Amino acid sequence: MGVRSATDALGIERATQDRGTEGLARLLGWFSLGLGVTALAAGSRLSRMTGVDDSRTAPVVLRAAGVRELGHAAALLVPRRPGLGAWTRVAGDIMDLAATGQALRHRRGDRQRRLTYVMTALAGITAVDLYVSVRATLRRRGMTGTGRAYGSVTINRAPEQAYGFWHDFENLPRFMYHLQSVRITDDRRSQWIAKAPGGRSVQWQAEIIEDRPNQLIRWRSVDGARVPNSGVVRFTPVAGGKATEVRVELEYAPPGRVLGALVARAFGENPQQQISDDLRRFKQVIETGEITRSDGTPDGPSVRSQVKQRPARPLATHRSV
Amino acid sequence: MKANCWIAPNRVAVEEVPDPQILNPRDAVVRVTSSAICGSDLHLLDGFVPTMKRGDILGHEFMGEIVELGEGVRDGLRVGDRVVVGFPIACGGCSSCQRGLYSVCENSNPNAAMAELAMGHTPAGIFGYSHMMGGYAGGQAQYVRVPYADVGALKITDDLPDEQVLFLSDVLPTGYMAAELCDIKPGDTVAVWGAGPVGQFAAASAYLLGAGSVIVIDRFPYRLLMARDRVGAETINYEETDVLDTLRELTAGRGPDACIDAVGMEGHHASAALHAYDRAKQAVKAETDRPHALREAILSCRNGGTISAIGAYGGFIDKFPMGSFMNRSLTMRSGQAHVQRYMRPLLERIRNGEIDPSFIITHTMRLEDAPQGYDIFKNKQEECVKVVLKP
Repeated sequence: MGVRSATDALGIERATQDRGTEGLARLLGWFSLGLGVTALAAGSRLSRMTGVDDSRTAPVVLRAAGVRELGHAAALLVPRRPGLGAWTRVAGDIMDLAATGQALRHRRGDRQRRLTYVMTALAGITAVDLYVSVRATLRRRGMTGTGRAYGSVTINRAPEQAYGFWHDFENLPRFMYHLQSVRITDDRRSQWIAKAPGGRSVQWQAEIIEDRPNQLIRWRSVDGARVPNSGVVRFTPVAGGKATEVRVELEYAPPGRVLGALVARAFGENPQQQISDDLRRFKQVIETGEITRSDGTPDGPSVRSQVKQRPARPLATHRSV
Repeated sequence: MKANCWIAPNRVAVEEVPDPQILNPRDAVVRVTSSAICGSDLHLLDGFVPTMKRGDILGHEFMGEIVELGEGVRDGLRVGDRVVVGFPIACGGCSSCQRGLYSVCENSNPNAAMAELAMGHTPAGIFGYSHMMGGYAGGQAQYVRVPYADVGALKITDDLPDEQVLFLSDVLPTGYMAAELCDIKPGDTVAVWGAGPVGQFAAASAYLLGAGSVIVIDRFPYRLLMARDRVGAETINYEETDVLDTLRELTAGRGPDACIDAVGMEGHHASAALHAYDRAKQAVKAETDRPHALREAILSCRNGGTISAIGAYGGFIDKFPMGSFMNRSLTMRSGQAHVQRYMRPLLERIRNGEIDPSFIITHTMRLEDAPQGYDIFKNKQEECVKVVLKP
């Protein structure tokens, strides 16, 4: 049972945001398809319209561009999500701008006028392509500036146990690797220390602002914290109360400023990924009493360590339990 | 210590590596007294299982003596105990483990995200079986670390020799589960594709579970002979006769009540052209697995019968006869063996003399000779069925 994205309000909100630019990317895909088919089927009319029918190389260039447009269409229309496919169009735009610029230099009069129209249209299209591509890239990197992350996992324990374990915030660093320590100072308040790059740390004080036993805990950093952040964890009984669905949402100062960037690093390079890893380890700690370690992944589950796998043979140095 | 390591496709080597250590409270370190080469190790050797790294220690069938224990091992294990270890690593605490589905333990694969990419959800971690399955060092070594030892290690208290209990680690429970998945009614006819160790045990288990007739299909006469003489099965050599026709004839037209695929991803076909077709697609990665046995099992099975797919598959197959499967009301059941569920009852059966699994052993070699053992096993030389390695 893996960690999956929640179908909560936050998830829906994010999905809708994404859908806008994804729809635009699909539209660009259809546009490419139309353009590609036109260039291949009606190349001569196209070269008359654009004013390059005087050239012998123009039909070849147009045909090549047509084939290329079909490639863009495939990149944007075939995958389930268009992703970074729009960048192929940006690359194509640059080629087209260069080719049109080249054609423009040698022409005068009506042909020059037509090519200037083409150039202007191309510039506009390039702007749209660039916008869609940049949005897709930012989304891929999880840098849309929302400063939010969410995740969920099913735990084979009653809500009382899952809630009780989480409510003791001092347990959190056992499975949230970006935390160095959490110390409970009174009923509602706790002192958090998170690891930051370069061996530094970021500290803040947090308070519980809503506490519904066995159902929900909501907390936030107190005013004046260098790192404004908040979180909520919900516990829902399943399997007749023997298991619990745990859903977590975290929110923190949006990245952008220097401090914001530092905070983002403190919460992990990709907060969404981080929270998935955290919840896998939370499940392990509560269900098995330990974090699963193998020779290839000696520090326990994390997507980063999965990329840098050690060979599956014992480590040379001794590690403490 | 010495350990048998994966180097590259078609290359393994015994290397000097660091000794394993306790990493977690519920770990044990076992000094291996016997380990075996499994048919599924050949899929690793041949390079058909992704996410192998140079230097990975192989081996998921092993037993030995506990030499070190974490302080959190709960189940009465002691240093000095003789144990057999099941190949799936299972925590015992997740809902899958508590339902007895140990090979899909939800916690034992630290590289779960990798497996989720390929399979949607992750199965359990497995010793010495790729990084997608956890990146655990295997047991073809002098020592091995056993996580969740209180769930995975079965104590052997009597003086049964290694050869009789070693296969509780994998192939005996795997063969037994293959037969159990068939839901055998007294007198049923069961057909088994593959006369390797799992196929032999599946056939023997089908009889234990009440089958009236068991038919084993393979192309190596010496393996078919073993199925006939040691298990009492009827046999079909698919290179000599047409399997579908023969099965129809043996069952007076209905087909076997249950069909077990104990072959998996590297099957062969009697027709060189059909074999080449799938082999070529596998080579260019247009499909990862060659499902000849599975296709034939589906077409052969009687209407409303059961397919038990126990041979190892890794990824994707082509030309799955879905039309036959759907229109004839077949059922397919599958899974890596939930070894921990079967170890104790099968140990009982061994003690009672109902089955002596040691009959499959054809070769006993030193750990140092593991590369040669892989070679003999892979190429079916010297009438090889099972290689046991002694560190």
